[in-house]
Amino acid sequence: MQKRLVPFVVAALSVIAAAVRVEAHAFLVRAEPRVGSKVNKVPTEVRVWFSETVQASVSSIRVFNESGKQVDKKDTHSDRANRAVICVSLIPALTPGSYKVVWRVTSADTHVTSGNFHFQIVP
Amino acid sequence: MKFSDATQVLILLAIALALADRASGHGFAGARFLPATLSTDDPFVNDELSLPTVSTIETAEGRETAIAVDIAKRITPNLGIELGEEFIDLNPKHEHEASGFGNLELSAKYQFFTSAEHEAIFSLGTEVEIGGTGQQRVGADSFSTWIPAFFFGKGLGDLPDTLSLLRPAAVTGLVGVAIPTSASTRNGDGEIERNPNVLQYGFALEYSLIYLQEQVKDVGLSAPFDRLIPLVEFSFETPLNRGQSGQSTGTINPGVIWSSKYVQFGVEAVVPINERTGHSVGVIGQLHFYLDDLFPRSLGRPLFGYR
Repeated sequence: MQKRLVPFVVAALSVIAAAVRVEAHAFLVRAEPRVGSKVNKVPTEVRVWFSETVQASVSSIRVFNESGKQVDKKDTHSDRANRAVICVSLIPALTPGSYKVVWRVTSADTHVTSGNFHFQIVP
Repeated sequence: MKFSDATQVLILLAIALALADRASGHGFAGARFLPATLSTDDPFVNDELSLPTVSTIETAEGRETAIAVDIAKRITPNLGIELGEEFIDLNPKHEHEASGFGNLELSAKYQFFTSAEHEAIFSLGTEVEIGGTGQQRVGADSFSTWIPAFFFGKGLGDLPDTLSLLRPAAVTGLVGVAIPTSASTRNGDGEIERNPNVLQYGFALEYSLIYLQEQVKDVGLSAPFDRLIPLVEFSFETPLNRGQSGQSTGTINPGVIWSSKYVQFGVEAVVPINERTGHSVGVIGQLHFYLDDLFPRSLGRPLFGYR
């Protein structure tokens, strides 16, 4: 049975493999400040690395403090050296507390992914 | 006109690939990515190809091995159809080995509720196993069976901060009833077999390390561990009438799914819940393709209503 099926399965997989593109859904790879981290030094920006190139013009990173006030400068932009990285600047002198980062990105193949994470500034 | 087994496989794969040329495959509810599960159907509508799904288990009658292919295609963003076929090899303890195709399975599913905030998905669907399209020597029924079902998926991403380490967990599952179009049939020995309605239900408990790394806490996992989703699937069937009420069968399947850009690979142990189901631990493995990322501008889009 297996001997009869193997050539056809291999052929089908080869067709699919030949069609593989260089684009896909963009998943978060890492962030700075790191996801769920506690930092002593007050960050001046939030930087997120994705698994794919993202379209910065239709992507966003927003940062909120514990009372829900937006504390970023609404200037989401991509890193010129790496289009899979987008950043947003933070307002000066953030105080200790928990901050929520909400991201939504569109990858080069137009798929949209979103997510959120927290980081804390500790004294 | 008769086709050989190999020719039938070729024809089915050709159909599958032809359909794939217009098909996609990720299940998202907000920030939650739900993988395609191996033993219980998932709740989302998408463009996906499982090729192959291979399973084997020792039952009371002997070893049963199946190689299956399933392809799903979105018609609209919330409505999809699915085509499935499997090649079965039976190796009975006291009879000759038999192999052949099972009945063709067609289904439609409508995803009627999606909450990004609560990472929840609800769907309704109907599957029909088309009688007479498979070979009786491997147990394919001569009659059709309809299986209307309710599907659900829920991520725990909305838990409070104090329970943040539980946020990567999610559950998906289904409840349905298999309704045969013939209440009884005569088997090859001339005996009458009664065909009961069967309650089908199951669920999968998942803990996504992808979600943990992306949304909760970067614990420093690196490839390939940062793309793993450990899970346990529970799959049960309980006849409801025609002299077989309550004779449940089922399996508990612990395993893991690894999800990459374009494909996922899953493997699970298949643990029978009772003697009626099986005598030893089996195994199921699946290679699954995300057609939406493989073919984002053609097959990976719904036929209508793409935004």
